[in-house]
Amino acid sequence: MSELLILGGRVVDPASGTDGPRDVLLRDGRVAAVELPGALADVAVAERIDAAGCVVAPGLIDIHVHLREPGQTHKETIATGTAAAAAGGFTTVVAMPNTTPVNDSVKSLRWMMDAARGPVVKLLAMPAATFGSLGSEITDFHELVKAGAVGFTDDGKPVLEDEVMRAALVAAAGLGVPVSQHAEDTRLTTGCSMNAGRVAFRLGLRGMPVEAEARIVERDLRLLREIEAADRVRPHLHVQHVSTSRALHAIQRAKAEGLHVTCEATPHHFTLTEEAIGDYDTNAKMNPPLRAEADRRAVVEALLDGTVDCIATDHAPHASWEKEVEFERAANGITGLETALGLALRVLHREHGMELARVISLMSTRPAEVIGLKERGNLRVGSHADVVVFDAAAEWKFAASESRSKSKNTPFDGAAMLGRVRATVCEGRVVYRA
Amino acid sequence: MTERAKRAATKGAGVGLLSVTPADSSAVAAGSLLTVEHLSVADVAGILAMTARLERMDAAERARVLLGRTVALLFYESSTRTRTSFELAAKSLGATTTLVSDKSSSIEKGESLKDTGLTLRALGAEAIILRHPSSGAAFLLARVTGLPVLNAGDGMHQHPSQALLDLRTILLRLGRDASTVDAKTLDGITVVITGDILHSRVARSNAMLLPRLGARVVLCGPPELLPESALGIGAGVEIERDFDRALRRADVVMMLRIQKERLAGFDLDLAEFIARYQLSAERLKTVSAKTIVMHPGPIIRGLEITGEVADGPQSAIEDQVSQGLAIRRALLVRALGGKA
Repeated sequence: MSELLILGGRVVDPASGTDGPRDVLLRDGRVAAVELPGALADVAVAERIDAAGCVVAPGLIDIHVHLREPGQTHKETIATGTAAAAAGGFTTVVAMPNTTPVNDSVKSLRWMMDAARGPVVKLLAMPAATFGSLGSEITDFHELVKAGAVGFTDDGKPVLEDEVMRAALVAAAGLGVPVSQHAEDTRLTTGCSMNAGRVAFRLGLRGMPVEAEARIVERDLRLLREIEAADRVRPHLHVQHVSTSRALHAIQRAKAEGLHVTCEATPHHFTLTEEAIGDYDTNAKMNPPLRAEADRRAVVEALLDGTVDCIATDHAPHASWEKEVEFERAANGITGLETALGLALRVLHREHGMELARVISLMSTRPAEVIGLKERGNLRVGSHADVVVFDAAAEWKFAASESRSKSKNTPFDGAAMLGRVRATVCEGRVVYRA
Repeated sequence: MTERAKRAATKGAGVGLLSVTPADSSAVAAGSLLTVEHLSVADVAGILAMTARLERMDAAERARVLLGRTVALLFYESSTRTRTSFELAAKSLGATTTLVSDKSSSIEKGESLKDTGLTLRALGAEAIILRHPSSGAAFLLARVTGLPVLNAGDGMHQHPSQALLDLRTILLRLGRDASTVDAKTLDGITVVITGDILHSRVARSNAMLLPRLGARVVLCGPPELLPESALGIGAGVEIERDFDRALRRADVVMMLRIQKERLAGFDLDLAEFIARYQLSAERLKTVSAKTIVMHPGPIIRGLEITGEVADGPQSAIEDQVSQGLAIRRALLVRALGGKA
C-alpha cells in the first residue's frame, strides 16, 4: 500500500469548485481524501510533500504533443518527452500520430503505449484518422478505441476531402471520441512559412492567409450540421491550436448553435505575434504560424470568454540542425511542455486577470473532458492520484539548456515565467520534484 | 539592436515575453550587409564617400587596398551582373576570390548552408558574398560563420548592394554630389517602381532605403504582383495601380522583370500586364523627357520594357551596372575593415 500526503497547500480543483486550504491523501494511485487542514494529521504515511505556499491542483493534461517515437528519436523519445511533461506539471499527455511509421494501427498504438517505452507520466494517444495520414481511407476506429485511442487526427495533414472527414466524424461519433483537426487548407499555404501580411512581405516570405484556417473550420462545422441532420448521431469535432479571430468566431457561433465542437489554443499563440520571427528566428516558426496582434488578442479573448476549451502545447521537438537552416526549410514547431504553465499564469492570470481556477480548468479539467477522461483532471476521491504542486507566485526565467526534452527549439529561452512547479505526482508516484 | 529587433521588442512590450535573442543580429560580424534596414543614413553616406574615394584612386593604388585578403562568393542562384561585379570589384582591390556555386559543389550532395559556410571559413575566407533563393539565408550564414556577409540577394527579401548602386546612379543622373547623403537629399524626388513587386528583393531594398533619404516611393503593379501588404515595407511608400498616373509624378521609374521562377502557381495574363504596365516609348513620351529609366536586370525586352526604351537616352540601365562595380568595391572594403 503506497501512500502520499500533500500538506498545507491551497487546493484548487475546478471540478468540485474547491479553492482553499486542504490536505490531500493519495493511496494506491488514487485520491483517497481531500480534507481541511488537520483532519489527516494522524494518518501515518511514508511520504509527505510540504505544499505550504503552493497551489495543489489536478495534474495538467496536454492533449496535443509530439513525442517522436517511433522513428524520430533523434528529436525526442517517449521517455524524454514525458520527463519534460512531468517537469512542466503535466500528468497526462496525448501523443499525435505523425511518427515514423504513422500510428495508424492497433499494433503501432500498442507498441507506443507499452510500458517498455518508459513513459514518466500517463501516455495516451490519438491515432491517425486515415491510413498513413494520407487523407483517403479511415483507420479502424472501433478496434483502435478498444485498444485505448482517445480520439483521431491526421495532425499536420488536415483531412481535406469532405467525404473522408464526414466518414471520420460519423465513425468517431459512434464511439464517443473526437476527431481532432489541424485546420489548414493546404491548397492555400503551399510554400508558405509564416503568417500572411505586412511582416511576411517585409521579410520576403510567403504567408499563410488566415482564411486557410477558417475555411477548414467552417467546412468541418458544416459537416457537423449535415451529419446531425442526416445521420442522427452527434459527432464531436475538436479544432486544434486555433490561431485566428475568424476561426474562433466560427467556433463561437457553432457552440451557440449547439454543435459539439471544442477547441484548443497554444501558449505561443496567446503570447507571441509574428514579430517574434525578428531576423528569421526559426524557433518562432510553427504551423499554424504566429499571427498578427489582433489575432493574438482574439485568442486571449476566446480563452477568457470560454470559446476556447483548453490549452494544449503542440510540443514539437526538433534537433538543432533541423532548425539551423534557411527559414523556409526549417522544421515547423517548438517545444512547449515546460513553459506552458509559466506562460499561462503570466499572460492569462497576471496580465489578463484570469482566475487561477480557470487556468487550471483550461489545463486540466477541460482537456480531460474533451477526451472523455472521468478519473483525471479532478481531485475527486477515487480519481487517479494525478497532482501538480506549484508556487503560483514564483517568477523565474526559462532556460532551454535545462530542458528535459531532447530538443531545445523554443522561442522562450530566457523568457519570464510566472509559477513554478514544485512537484508532479502521477498515479501516486512522485515523477518530478524541484 | 536592429530596427527590426527594436520593433519586435516594442510590440512585445504588452506581454513582456518576446524573446528575440537567438536571432538577434548583434551576433553578426561588423561590416556585414544583410539588409538596408541595418544601415543608418550615416552608414549610407559613409559607403558613398568610400565609393567616391576608391573611384578617384589610380588602379595600382586601388589594387593594394585588399591585397592578400580572401573573399568567397557563394552563389545558389544564377547571376550575371552581381556576381561579375563583386568578383571584379574584389580583384581590382587586390583580393583573392573564389566562387562556389550550388551546381558543381558539394551543395549538390546535400551539404547545408551552415556547413558550406564553415568550410569556406576554414579555407580562409574572410568575408562571404551570398546569393541564395531563400529569404533570410544571409542572416543564417552570418550567424553561423561569424564572418562578414554581404547579401547579394536572398529570395524575395533584400538586395542591399543593388539599392545602394541604384541610389548612386540616381544621384549622378540628377547631377547631385554622389559622395554623401542625408535625410533630405532626395526631398521632392518621386521614384516609381513598377511590375513584379511581390517577388522583388530589389523593390524591397529600394523602397526601404530611398524614403529614408527623403524620396517618395510609389509602387505600381496589379494586385497579384503587388498586394496591399507591401505597405509593410515602411513609411514613405504608397501604392498606385494606374501606371500612367504614377509615371506623371515620376522623376525615376524602375521597371522590374516578372520573376517566372517565383510565380508559384498563379497565372498572369501577360497581354493584360503589357497593356497596363509595360514601359513603352509611347508611354514614356507622355511624361517628362527628364524621367530617369532604370532596371536592375535582367531585362526581358518586349515584356516589362521595350527595347527602344531600354536603349534610349533616358535609360540608366548600363550606368547601374557600372555603379555596381563602384559600390561593391566600397562594400568589400567595409566588410574587411580595409583602409581607403
